[in-house]
Amino acid sequence: MPSTLPAGDPAPADGTLPASVAVGAEARDLGVYLHVPFCRVRCGYCDFNTYTADEVRGVRREDYADQAIAEVRMAREILARAGVGTRPVSTVFFGGGTPTLLPVADLARMLDAVRGAWGLAPDAEVTTEANPDSVDREALRALAAAGVTRVSFGMQSAVPHVLATLERTHDPDRVPLVVGWAREAGLAVSLDLIYGAPGETAEDWERSLEAALAQHPDHVSAYALIVEQGTRLARQVARGEVVAPDDDLQAELYERADALLTAAGYSWYEVSNWARSAADRSRHNLSYWTGQDWWGIGPGAHSHVGGVRWWNLKHPAAYADRIRAGLSPAHARELLDDETRRVERVLLETRIAGGLPLEALEPAGRAEVAALIAEGLVEGRPAIHGRVVPTLRGRLLADTVVRRLLTD
Amino acid sequence: MSPRAPIPLEPASTDPARIRNFCIIAHIDHGKSTLADRMLQLTGVVSDRDMRAQYLDRMDIERERGITIKSQAVRMPWSSSVVEPVATTYALNMIDTPGHVDFTYEVSRSLAACEGAILLVDAAQGIEAQTLANLYLALANDLEIIPVLNKIDLPAADPDKYAEELAQLIGGDPADVLRVSGKTGEGVEALLDRVVERVPAPTGDASAPARAMIFDSVYDSYRGVVTYVRMVDGGLRPRERIQMMSTRATHDILEIGVSSPEPTPTHGLGVGEVGYLITGVKDVRQSKVGDTVTTAAKAATAALPGYTEPLPMVFSGIYPIDGSDYPELRDALDKLKLSDAALNYEPETSVALGFGFRCGFLGLLHLEIVTERLQREFDLDIITTAPSVVYAVRTEDKKTVTVTNPSEFPGGKIDAVSEPVVKASILAPKDYVGTIMELCQSRRGTLGGMDYLGSDRVELHYTMPLGEIVFDFFDQLKSRTAGYASLDYEPAGEQEADLVKVDILLQGETVDAFSAIVHRDKAYAYGTMMAGRLRELIPRQQFEVPIQAAIGARIIARENIRAMRKDVLAKCYGGDITRKRKLLEKQKEGKKRMKMVGRVEVPQEAFIAALSGDTESAKKK
Repeated sequence: MPSTLPAGDPAPADGTLPASVAVGAEARDLGVYLHVPFCRVRCGYCDFNTYTADEVRGVRREDYADQAIAEVRMAREILARAGVGTRPVSTVFFGGGTPTLLPVADLARMLDAVRGAWGLAPDAEVTTEANPDSVDREALRALAAAGVTRVSFGMQSAVPHVLATLERTHDPDRVPLVVGWAREAGLAVSLDLIYGAPGETAEDWERSLEAALAQHPDHVSAYALIVEQGTRLARQVARGEVVAPDDDLQAELYERADALLTAAGYSWYEVSNWARSAADRSRHNLSYWTGQDWWGIGPGAHSHVGGVRWWNLKHPAAYADRIRAGLSPAHARELLDDETRRVERVLLETRIAGGLPLEALEPAGRAEVAALIAEGLVEGRPAIHGRVVPTLRGRLLADTVVRRLLTD
Repeated sequence: MSPRAPIPLEPASTDPARIRNFCIIAHIDHGKSTLADRMLQLTGVVSDRDMRAQYLDRMDIERERGITIKSQAVRMPWSSSVVEPVATTYALNMIDTPGHVDFTYEVSRSLAACEGAILLVDAAQGIEAQTLANLYLALANDLEIIPVLNKIDLPAADPDKYAEELAQLIGGDPADVLRVSGKTGEGVEALLDRVVERVPAPTGDASAPARAMIFDSVYDSYRGVVTYVRMVDGGLRPRERIQMMSTRATHDILEIGVSSPEPTPTHGLGVGEVGYLITGVKDVRQSKVGDTVTTAAKAATAALPGYTEPLPMVFSGIYPIDGSDYPELRDALDKLKLSDAALNYEPETSVALGFGFRCGFLGLLHLEIVTERLQREFDLDIITTAPSVVYAVRTEDKKTVTVTNPSEFPGGKIDAVSEPVVKASILAPKDYVGTIMELCQSRRGTLGGMDYLGSDRVELHYTMPLGEIVFDFFDQLKSRTAGYASLDYEPAGEQEADLVKVDILLQGETVDAFSAIVHRDKAYAYGTMMAGRLRELIPRQQFEVPIQAAIGARIIARENIRAMRKDVLAKCYGGDITRKRKLLEKQKEGKKRMKMVGRVEVPQEAFIAALSGDTESAKKK
């Protein structure tokens, strides 16, 4: 999550949700995101809510799991009061930060708390992010034993100078090792890549893609590097020390990624995500784009339940204070009206291979679809069958496509 | 009240021998308003308690820029024994003059209302070109000149040097140059005494039919038009019916009075006096500067000399950024016109900018003041097109077309084009002569001569096309001379020149707002400059956008905006959908401020920046 939070309405101290969230809840999945706001080092490009010290203003890393567990229990109460607490959880995602910086036992306890609160669906997807150098064979085995089903490794690149630019500390040779151990432990594997770092060439990027494909992962995410305000990278760009990634080059790198991944048998299901089969897609990731319910646990985490979005206090110490006082750590929230929900739907579902149902569009937007097909931004065939799915070019210009679908 | 400011003389029955009418000629920020403030205090017409800085400059813009746009007159009592053996009371009328080259005509009328002028010069900077121009006007009107150095309290002041310069300029002894400080008040009493001593008393025929010259006309939203006049012959009384000699229109005087400095009704105005009239008219055009006021009952036969209609020299299109503000813009111009007799405008349509107005101005400052007032007083977001002058274009079939807007430039074969020229005088330290000559030559100027003022300053005389001056000349002059050079110009006829219209095309469509009439030798430079600017300013579109500059059908420059390939953000930031939606809302808001040129979306900022040359600040947006 980014270092700055949006503005919103005040959130009630006890976290109470309006009755409206119960409408249609049985048709929605419930997911849990568990944020772990710690890293060993902060990478220059990163603007996520994470901290490198063992102790942040009196809050110790070793106490964090208990705070997260306390929020899980609070969440259970709040959802129960709102009448949406009866579904077993279908996806869990440990993200960060670096979740595997916590002892596996802590992560296991957090997952147990989720299980205790709502129960896990039999086919639940439980993912953790991990750095290649923050886990070993033992840890992966223990994670699997605790109920984790999937691991997403922050590989980023296979090229040393790109890893150095990104300030990633792992040795690229460690990736095959950890992938092997994960498989051994029975975990599904996803590899995360970043493209468009300053100095990265198209050849560098292809090398990284090939190295990733050589591991036969179930899933690949490829994210364009974004220069976020307030990061060290942004300052370096401002001072002219490095050249900001160019949109044209990033577009080219994206096209190469799509070509290589497609040739290797992967297909895209969201702008930045590819999977070997439909079953290998990240259901947790998709839940963000398809308007499911999820509860984000931890400082700065975002949640969505039935048309209410909220986000927690950002600082771990401020978060801990609220939790200790038995109060909701929510910083602010937003109650989405029908039109905003419609706009969000267009915004989000236009990014996925499943596409956006035409019914979500107003007549002007529906009329625009023909022009978008003619311009090669939207696939013709699915549109005829009632869904707007972007083409490769349309994925890269998704903001334009969305804006045009929403023309008044 | 000051001991030197006794019981004032009664207006309407003041002996002309006791009247002194004077003005202050000064450059912007040479301290005229501050000096006027001290005079108001010393003569007791404004109490120390009511004093606020630059009392007479009423408009915000005037106070902020430290310049006077509209003139005013203030009547101040002053007792002095410099003329008579005993202390005698005088009525001093200080007539404030506009301080800028665009308002030469208004200045000339203010000067015509006076018998004397204080030539006020900053003791740290010396005289400037505009002051020189006004000094020439004052001498041409036979005014008694009282040279004064101001700001002698400044550490950088060099009064000896500039006293020498002034004495050389107007003749006389450097010792006669008064030295004052408007800030501390030092020397101001002596200056008022000098006015009494040196400025001649007005003369006029009290029994002749009334003749009063209008030297200013101000619109007041509560009182209608306030007309400032100088009585020359006869007198005017309250409730009298008056006649404007240029139009023969008659009005009843509702109020007559003097400013001291707040309006004070009187029993009338007599020979040599200065005051105001209110007749209830609502439009300054019915009360024109330079016109002669007489009485309907006993009308004068001959008007006072010197009246001319204001003639616009510079034209520009003014458009609302939001097309739906067009009615508001029209209302605002209608209101401004009430107080600005020189402003004229007519509706105009631009393909790129929509509905707007073609406006005529006296000069660039006038244009700037009007646009600033539209933005500030009427809260309008506007775009102004590049300023243009009046061209006379003769076509092959010997027809002459008057062109004030590049879009009116005839398309067929052109026989000749003539453009207005001006005599420009530029005053600067002598070290800058080289760089100024270079600039003027590049603007098709012809050097007419050089005069040295004192030992280190030079006045250069150039004949130049006005079209070259309105396009960015003053900014260039200032930046090349570290701000030291000053400029003044006056119309000097017309000349034929090899002028062409350069069009700018976006994706093959002419953007009329960017067309310009330029000299053939500069067409290429203008074309590449504009095309280059637009390439920087117009965001990439889904498709490639060629930008071309053309004379007729001939392309003279070309740039390309490559198609945009990517705008999607990769991540959703751990479920922070709100941030993504806000971004979309911002983009949609941004699109509302786009103008469509064919299929190309051009942001308003790009128009403004391309037209003003300010590419940097637009890119930051």
